[in-house]
Amino acid sequence: MKKFDTNTAVDFVVVGAGAAGGVVAKELSTAGLDVVVLEQGPYLLEGDFAHDELKNWAFWNSPRIGRSMLANNHEQQPNTFRKTKNETAVVKPTIQYGQCVGGGTVHFTANYWRFHEIDFVERSRWGSISGTGFDDWPITYAELEPYYTKAEWDLGISGLAGANPFEPPHSKPYPLPPLPVKSSGVLLERGAKKLGWHAYSAPMAILSQPYKGRAACGHCGYCECFGCEWGAKSSTLASVIPMAEETGHCEIRSGAYVRQISVDRQGRVNGIVYFDSQRQEQMQRAKAVVVCANGAETPRLLLQSTSSQFPNGLANSNGLVGKFLILECGAGATGTFEHPLNEYKSVVVTRVVQDFYDADPKRGFYGGGGMDARFDDHPIAYAISDRPDLPRWGSDFKRAVKENYTRTLNVFAHLTSLPMEANTVSLDPEVKDAWGQPAVRITYKNHPDDLKNMAFFRERALELLQAAGAKKRWGWPVEEVTMSVHLMGTCRMGNDPETSVVNKYHRAHDVPNLFVVDGSSFVTSGRNQPTCTIQALAYRAADNIVQAAKTGEIPSSF
Amino acid sequence: MENNSRRQFLFRSATGLGGAWLSLQWPAILAAQNHAREAANSATVLAFQFFSPAQAAEVEAAAAQIIPADDTPGAREAQVIYFIDRALVTFDKDKQPAYLLGLRELQVKTLELFPQAKSFSGLTSSQQIKVLQAIEKTSFFELLRLHTIVGFFARPEYGGNHNQAGWKLIGLEDKMTYEPPFGYYDAEYNKRQ
Repeated sequence: MKKFDTNTAVDFVVVGAGAAGGVVAKELSTAGLDVVVLEQGPYLLEGDFAHDELKNWAFWNSPRIGRSMLANNHEQQPNTFRKTKNETAVVKPTIQYGQCVGGGTVHFTANYWRFHEIDFVERSRWGSISGTGFDDWPITYAELEPYYTKAEWDLGISGLAGANPFEPPHSKPYPLPPLPVKSSGVLLERGAKKLGWHAYSAPMAILSQPYKGRAACGHCGYCECFGCEWGAKSSTLASVIPMAEETGHCEIRSGAYVRQISVDRQGRVNGIVYFDSQRQEQMQRAKAVVVCANGAETPRLLLQSTSSQFPNGLANSNGLVGKFLILECGAGATGTFEHPLNEYKSVVVTRVVQDFYDADPKRGFYGGGGMDARFDDHPIAYAISDRPDLPRWGSDFKRAVKENYTRTLNVFAHLTSLPMEANTVSLDPEVKDAWGQPAVRITYKNHPDDLKNMAFFRERALELLQAAGAKKRWGWPVEEVTMSVHLMGTCRMGNDPETSVVNKYHRAHDVPNLFVVDGSSFVTSGRNQPTCTIQALAYRAADNIVQAAKTGEIPSSF
Repeated sequence: MENNSRRQFLFRSATGLGGAWLSLQWPAILAAQNHAREAANSATVLAFQFFSPAQAAEVEAAAAQIIPADDTPGAREAQVIYFIDRALVTFDKDKQPAYLLGLRELQVKTLELFPQAKSFSGLTSSQQIKVLQAIEKTSFFELLRLHTIVGFFARPEYGGNHNQAGWKLIGLEDKMTYEPPFGYYDAEYNKRQ
């Protein structure tokens, strides 16, 4: 792998090697630009992952989600949480994101949903919603479509274009056929058919056949929350990051904890200050910077990057950095069935239902979503969890675990969350991380329509389970969101510098050689399956950055 | 369950008892795994690293009530006691005081309910259940429950799940890869197609 000198200005520093950063690094480096990617997490490879729930538990901070070499570590990086700005925030794990080379794409479920056309123009179609930041995007589906296709073909997505009657236009089919259906998919399809709904083969970022020198999925089942041992999951770690490194123009520097983006006297970005793995402060000089650090860490970094020119933080002259935070909304229900589903095998999701994707005024509130069927607990996580169908210990516990482990199914709905200006990422005034930097402070309270939508989808999930023939079923509680793994909306894109942080090409309105590409660019939530759109945006942003470098409009080695 | 989404619910565990596992470190777990593998391969009877034989008998008896044997093996037969013992000298070393204190609590409660008893493990099964019901809200019981369940379902290399007793119980077939059909309903579906 190419190594760059910190004192020589490299064309681009990319902050974060995740869903977006991996794509940007590959696109810029294959165009011949020199790129250093700074990733706070470790550089793990396939051999570091294993069929071992306890080992992975060491990666994950809890019975299920935990102390992680794959995700952020709340002991070293606490966040604080409060519902409104009138409260004092307290330390409480709220945000969860991938923290290794490949970011969240290493451990994600690999659901790979495109947004629909409506997602980009929903305010125009639905009307405004008072008290919210509900708005159209500055780009349309048609403008992004070529980049969805590019992402699908570059990364390796399995699916069946045309199978979903509600899907937006695709200019090309998926590069790989769908993965084999599981019992969860069959039952979802059975239930949907009975109700007059439409289940279709899930588009998944997992290879159903060998592709670009990578092996096909072996259906091992150590998938969601695990790193793929075969490289069959189309993480940026397995797909585009090796391509970037092969160009000789890209260095992935892991263990680099970024503290500040530095600027010159003209107010242009000129480098990144970070702590290396020995916690020594370093500065990598750069001609331009692309921040791909996720919807929480990106605004945190911009807010921390104060200077005499930018006293309120970088790219924050209008005070909008960190505002309109969107956390995921989900809802669902669990059922048990007569025969074994054996969901511990193979990929997590094989069928999806999007009949209620669009919001409908008849429901009396704004909201929509899509549903998948899955049972994604490994034995330890399942057996130690508090579940309505599991006594806590003794012979009844043992009988229930024996009966239900292979026979349980969740219908999981992925839903809209309205953007609210009062929902923010800011810097905590008291709490610091292990590097002495201010902790992320989350302020978050759902719009009432989010909760109405959750309740609506919980009922749909229960209907699906009944129609599929569940013996027992129960809905999940509907409550305000206080934890999220999908972080969106804190540096929203827009045409108006007064009401947005970056323009439609992800360039900061305030700083000509600073770009921001990740979930923070989102104007609205879509239906809470952000990865596919984050990556399409990254391909589109990179395309425009390369053009700007070629014309000399951004200084580079071109 | 009080939280709104399942993820939230699961995440909440990170701040509860599971938070105790925040201290887990992979190198320590690996060392424990290697240790257990060596012990399993050696011809001699497994020796305890932390527990005295009397303490081990008490802990094992309690674990065997958390996952009892019936027509299939329970925690005792799955040798969960070895998992717990290894954990307490490796990646869960900091739980040693909790076990020492918990064993005293167990003894006190045993004598309170059954003054003639010599030990918890010496009680009848229904007497043991009464004692455990009396302490089931304590942090020691929670820890023991966690260790027992984890030891029962973790890879056998960690010392428990002997002969894959845990996996066999729940119908988990241990293979590196699988081929369709995976379950009953997709097998039936594929036949119809």
